[in-house]
Order: sequence, then C-alpha cells, then structure tokens
Amino acid sequence: MTYFIDRRLNPKGKSLGNRQRFLRRARAQIREAVQKSLKDASVADIGKERKIKISSKGTTEPRFRLDPQSAGERDFVLPGNKEFMPGDEIKKPPAGAGQGGKQASDSGEGEDDFEFTLSQDEILDIFFEDLELPNLVRTTLKETPVKTWKRAGLTTAGSPTQINLLRTMRNSFGRRLALKRPRPEDIERLEAELAALQAEEPRDEETKNRILALRDALDKAIAKRRWVAFIDPIDVRFNSFVEQPVPTSQAVMFCLMDVSGSMGEREKDLAKRFYMLLHLFLKRRYEKVDVVFIRHTHDAQEVDEQEFFYSRQSGGTIVSTALDKMLEVQKERYNTADWNIYAAQASDGYTQSGDARRCVEMLNEDIMPLCQYYAYIEILDEREMEVFASEDSGAELWRAYRTVAEQWANFATKRISKPADIFPVFRELFKKAEA
Amino acid sequence: MTNLLFTEAEWDFQTLDRTYKAIEEIALNDLKLEVYPNQIEIISSEQMLDAYSSLGMPLMYNHWSFGKLFAREETMYRAGYSALAYEIVINSSPCISYLLEENSMTMQALVMAHAAFGHNHFFRNNYLFQQWTNAEGILDYLAFAKRYIAACEERHGRDEVEAILDSAHALMNEGVFRYRRPPKPSRERAAAKRRRRAEYEEEAYNELWRTLPAGVDPPGAPPIADPEEDFDGEMKLPEENILYFLEKYSPSLRPWQREVLRIVRSLAQYFYPQRQTKVMNEGCATFVHYTIMNLLFDRGLISEGALLEFLHSHTSVVFQPGFDDRRYSGINPYALGFGMMADIRRICEEPTQEDRDWFPQFAGRGDFMGVLKDAWANYRDESFIEQFLSPKLMRDMRMFALHDGANDPVYTVSAIHDETGYRRVRTALARQYDVGTADPNIQVVGADLKRSRKLRLEHCAHRGIPLHQASKDVILAHIERLWGHEVTLEQASDD
Repeated sequence: MTYFIDRRLNPKGKSLGNRQRFLRRARAQIREAVQKSLKDASVADIGKERKIKISSKGTTEPRFRLDPQSAGERDFVLPGNKEFMPGDEIKKPPAGAGQGGKQASDSGEGEDDFEFTLSQDEILDIFFEDLELPNLVRTTLKETPVKTWKRAGLTTAGSPTQINLLRTMRNSFGRRLALKRPRPEDIERLEAELAALQAEEPRDEETKNRILALRDALDKAIAKRRWVAFIDPIDVRFNSFVEQPVPTSQAVMFCLMDVSGSMGEREKDLAKRFYMLLHLFLKRRYEKVDVVFIRHTHDAQEVDEQEFFYSRQSGGTIVSTALDKMLEVQKERYNTADWNIYAAQASDGYTQSGDARRCVEMLNEDIMPLCQYYAYIEILDEREMEVFASEDSGAELWRAYRTVAEQWANFATKRISKPADIFPVFRELFKKAEA
Repeated sequence: MTNLLFTEAEWDFQTLDRTYKAIEEIALNDLKLEVYPNQIEIISSEQMLDAYSSLGMPLMYNHWSFGKLFAREETMYRAGYSALAYEIVINSSPCISYLLEENSMTMQALVMAHAAFGHNHFFRNNYLFQQWTNAEGILDYLAFAKRYIAACEERHGRDEVEAILDSAHALMNEGVFRYRRPPKPSRERAAAKRRRRAEYEEEAYNELWRTLPAGVDPPGAPPIADPEEDFDGEMKLPEENILYFLEKYSPSLRPWQREVLRIVRSLAQYFYPQRQTKVMNEGCATFVHYTIMNLLFDRGLISEGALLEFLHSHTSVVFQPGFDDRRYSGINPYALGFGMMADIRRICEEPTQEDRDWFPQFAGRGDFMGVLKDAWANYRDESFIEQFLSPKLMRDMRMFALHDGANDPVYTVSAIHDETGYRRVRTALARQYDVGTADPNIQVVGADLKRSRKLRLEHCAHRGIPLHQASKDVILAHIERLWGHEVTLEQASDD
C-alpha cells in the first residue's frame, strides 16, 4: 500500500526555532557585524534585508579528527591518472591548501567565514538593542502603509452600486443584435400593418392569409422579445476595486550637521544613528522620503551622504549659514504644499558669538512655520554631560534654542552623549505621532 | 494507442500513482526487490531546506547547529551555488521519501525508482541496518526526543540544555558501539524509561534542600540502580563508546542530562550504518533507478524525450572528475557504487578471461541480480570494494594510490592501475572507506570513581597519525563538562 502525501501546504518555517537559537548563539558576533555593516550603509538603507558575514568562531562544532599532516603515514587512492608510474614522486601542495576540496576540509584549519541573510525585523531588533527602544515603538515602526481602493478593471460579480452601465449596455446591445431581438418599431410596424389589413372590408382570400401570417409573425416577435431579454445577467459588468498601498504623501528630511574640527568620529557616529532613526520613522509615515544633507563650518554646503559623514573640513562655526542653505534648498525644490518638511540638526553646541540670536530669529520667523518637526541634538562627551546636568545651563546655542522650544511645540532639543540617549528624543517624536 | 505513462513534464497525482505502479511492477517482479511499504511525500523547496537542516529527518529536536545549517544552505541555495537534492529518503518503516515539487515528471519517476525502491531495498536488507537500526521505532523515538528536549528546555532553561547538547554533539562520532549490538529504542521502552527517570527525580527531590543557605548545594542524591539490563554497576573497560560511558558513570550529571546524552547517542548509532555504506547505498539506488528506467523505456512506457532527460540527469550524478580537475572533491560515491554494480552485471553477463580469473565464483553466471542482492545484503563499503572492485573499473577510472608520510616532502605513487598494482590500489581504496580507521580510535581506559575522579582516555594512533591538536583541546573541555572532573587523553600507538 502506497500513500502519496501532499505536504506542500504544511506550515513553513519549521526551523524557525533553530534559527532563533542560532541567532542567539552568535548574538555578539552578529551584533558586531550588523553595526559594522550599518556603519557603511547609507541612512536610507536601514530596515532592509541584508547579508551578514560572521566568522565561524563561537559557532564551530568541534569533532575529534586526525591530523595526518603533522605525523604518521597513510595511503589514499585518487582517480584520473594520466601519466604517473609507480615510484613517481609528486610535490606536496603548500600547507593549508590541501589536495582538492575533500582533503582541505578534512585537514584545513577552521571553516570559512559564514554568510547569511538577516530579515528586516531581525536587523531592527539587533540595531535597537543598545538603544533600548521599547517594543511598542518597534511595533509601530513596522506598521503597514496606508491603503486605498483602486480601480482594477471589470468583474462579472459585485454589488449593484458598482454596476458599470456603459459596459453592461454595450454587452446587452451586442447580444440583442446577435440574437436579432425585435425592436419596438418592428412590432409597431407589424401591428400597424395588421390593423390596416383588418380595417379592409371585404377581405379576400389573399388578405386573410396575409393577416394570419402577420399575426403569426407578431406573436413570434413578442415571444422573442420575451426570451431575449433587454438586459440579461450575462451582460452585467461591475467595476472592480482592489486595495493598494498609496504614497500618502512625501517628506523631505534635512540633515544639518556641524563638521568643524570639534565634531569627531564618535560625534558623527551618534549623529548618524539619530538620522537613521529619523529616516526610519519618516519612512513609516511617508511613502517617499528625500534626504538632504547640509554640512557647515563657517559656510554651508549641500553634499552627498558620503561627504557628509566622512570628509573633514576645517573652519569656524556659523550655524545660521546652514539654516540659510536649508531655506534656499527648500524654496528651490520642496514647496510646502507638496512636501512635509522635517529637519534634524546635530551640533556640539558651539557657534560664533552673536550667531545664536540670528539663528533664533530665522527659526522663529522663517523655518518653524514651514517645518513639521525640528529636532536639535547636542552631542556632548560624558564629562560635559555631567557639567550640564540641568536643562537650563548650557552653551550659547543651547540657551538660545531653549527659547525657540518654548514657543514651538514641534521643536525639540536634546543632549546626547551615548547611543542610549538617542531614544528619548524619539519617544517625544513618537508621542506626537500617536496623538 | 500509446502506452506511455506520461507525455508532459508537468506531474499530477494520478500520473504519479500510475507511474509508481509501473515502477513497482518492475521492481518487485523483474528485479525481485524486497522493500518496506512506501510513503511518498511531496514537499516544497523550503521544506526541503528544512529537512536538510534536521539531518534529513522529518522531525528533530531544536538546536542552534541545525539553524546554522539552515542559514548556510539557504544562502547557498538562494545565491545559486548549490541545487537542492531531488529527494530525501528516510530509513524507517514505512519508508518515507520526499519528492521536490519542482521536479519534472521524468525526475519524479527517476526519484521514485531511486529512493522508494533502491534505497528502500538497501535499508531493508543490508545487515548493518538490520542489526543496528530499528526502522519501525525511529520516528516514535524522534518524536520522544523532540518532546523530551523541549520539556527539558522548559524546565531547566535553554542555556543548560544547549550546553549539554553542544558537548554531546562534539562526541557524536565517539558515541557509537562499533562491535557490540546496541539496544533497540522503541516507543514503549522509551516512554517507560522516561517515566522511571521522572519518578526518580521526584523521589530524589527534597523540599528541605530549598531551605539551605544560598551557595550550599544539596548533597547528591543516592544513586539508585538503573534497572537496565546492561548496567551492572561494574565498569567494563576499556570502553569505546564515550557518550555511553559518560551517560552511565559520570559522577556529576543529573538524570535528565543523562537522558539527553542517550538521545544523541541513539541518533549517532542510527546514522552509523549510513556512514559505513555510502558507496553501496547510493550505488544500489543508482543501479536500481538506471535499470528500472531503461526497462520502462524498453517496454514503451516512457518516451525517448523522457529517457534523454533521465540520462542527462543520471550521467551528471555519476560523473567523476579526475583528481586534478577543479571540480574534484573526493571520489563520487554515486560514480564508484554505480560503476561497480554495473560492472558486476557485465561480469555476470559478458565476462572476459580476466574477469573469470578474478571472480571465478560469479563470472558468467548470468543472474546478476542474485549476485548484487547478496552483496547489498552482506557487505559494507570496505568489504564490498575489497571483494568486488574489478581491474577493468580501476583502469576505467584510472585509479592510482599515493603514499603520504608526514615527514616526506613528496607523495609517492605506490601503485597504479596495472597488473602489479590492482590489488594494492584496491586494498588502499577499501581502507579509505573503513570508518574504523578513518575515525580516531579513542577509548576510555580508566576512571577513578573513589578518589581523584580522574577520567583517563587513550587515543590509539593508527600508523602514527595523531589527533588534531586544536580540536582535541576543545573537545576535552566538553568531556570535562560532562564528567565534572579532570580528564586526560594520552596517545598510544597501535603497533
């Protein structure tokens, strides 16, 4: 007795439990690899599936094995002899190269690096691990996009309100033509002719026959009109709609950063994480997100991402130049009717004296009315963080921006000194989004 | 009117059934194979990957190493480096074969002949499988193992279970009885044993121990005699099955940990015959599918197109690149096995004088199936090659033997496929397939349970080949974890 069993519909992901155990096992290495791979990734790339390469250390499965290269002797057989005779000598390949795949894996030192793909969720989990983002945020991040109904042709079934009259009538007309349904005029004509004949007195034989034939034709026409309906169920067409995700809207995110000498590798890395999170957040709400990078010293430029994060520039610090540049770009390319404007500024808090007041003016008058949200993060080192323990004390720019924050609800200022500090800024952002 | 079983590449269940019956007819009546009842399952490529990563078994306990295997296979498959196997077959009764849904109808026929009859016959008849595995009990046992490990994880935490499994897996190759016959796991015995262990745990549990101050461990519960027949309290030394020894005598393991070792050991034992019969098993299945497919064609049941598709796939399966080819990765067991079996058929039907000299017992006998079935039943790779590899095949495959001394700067060609070399090449190849010499020979030689609790292992080096140092140190750490006290490993020489 033989059974054929179709297992294709069985639930998939039987080895999911094993995968989780494996990820947990290699957690430290994977985290390192993810951080490293995201460091080189662009801001817009977080939240994509990505390939991760980890060394096989820590996930090796050791077995006792023999080491014929170090001592002892053995014989083995190979196929494909072409020229060897007994007694011939063959030079050994250099150590480690082995002879062909099998030998190499038997005696080679360790396995290769191990490459595999992490899903978006797994990436987010690992990326947010040291940011301590609570689950709530993680789930809102993965929310599905807004959908709308779109027309998708015609169907033969649907609700009466969706009937497509034009198409239905066209089908009906074609069918009536093909089946030769008598038109009302035809019947009227027959009836008129019949009436005329019946009015004739006296009737001769020919007229009588003619009347009979006319009556017959009239009956047939009326019967045919009855069975070839004006509109048959097979004519009816309905408009069909399907759900489709829609780009709700578009957003542009201005990344402003001070790149003067005081912003080092660490500060830039923190800023980058902040931008990544903001981008992820915007990605959730908007289908299309543009990112504009503006860096400044005493002078501001729009640059590409590579330059933004990795090139160095020296000079003084005038923050207002970046705001000028932002306004310029915005006027040129992103009008407020079509674009939601977000801005995130990272700085170490120093600017030329007197410049802070100009910044405040620009923000209050020109920028804040345009922006959905403006986040200012000040990146300090741990020592400074202790000095400025209170919100009220701080450098010039910080104090100036505090006044802006009092006026505008969608203006946030935060100080961060380590990755874990980034999250509170976002908690504010998400709270607003929730409301 | 055509007799063709199928004409299209697409398959459906009626066609599968019809084809299966035709294959069965040939397998049972023409080839006289004896098989377990078949159960054939169609699975998708993702499920095939799942099956890969659980050692080909339909169910398996959870462990990260299977997840690693899956991640690797999936990446390789998605990147297109490796194709999936067409089938997986399980040594169980009923014999379960998995067919991949993407196979064409010709491939499904090939795979059914290969797995459901070739492998199946081999599992059913080979003496190693007969003696060492229990085809009826394995699925029940796996189900028990999966539940047991899951329950342990719940009760003792994933980390603890993982640690034990890691150590046990490291010793899997040293967890088999090579000569003694292992007890057969069956559903009732497994269940009864689990119950006994649970009862013992309940008995040994004492509420009082919870009141001890932190840091004071409860004294070890008095060991009660294991009711198993092969345990008599007296150690039998030396012991080659290290996992068995640790399970029975380790002073530090808790009952559930012993059970986990037992599960890993039982699996190792189950797979042990497969490691010893790779060439024969694949050769048998390949020979059977080749013969059946050709008979189907001879009888007009499959078309020429199907035959060509089959031959295309068959030849790539039995392709053997030379040692200097980039594609070379050892001797292809399909090529060697099929080559030897096709050669046995030739010797039975059209022997040359050379064959009559080398194989007087069956050259020209005609009944090749009789010879093959005897070989399939009573040999393993090593003895099969030693007995049946013919000079013609050695010439055809152009085999030559190398001698490798670790201190020599060069390999020496010790024999080639000529009159003086046949026997040496054949013996060398047979040794290569002897699991006994390929695996390191490590035994427990002493354990001091009374005083120092030191465990002494000995590696008996064959022809002076030592253990690989780095992996040896790692595994010793694993053994120490299981034993709980000092472990030493000495090297001895076998001559």
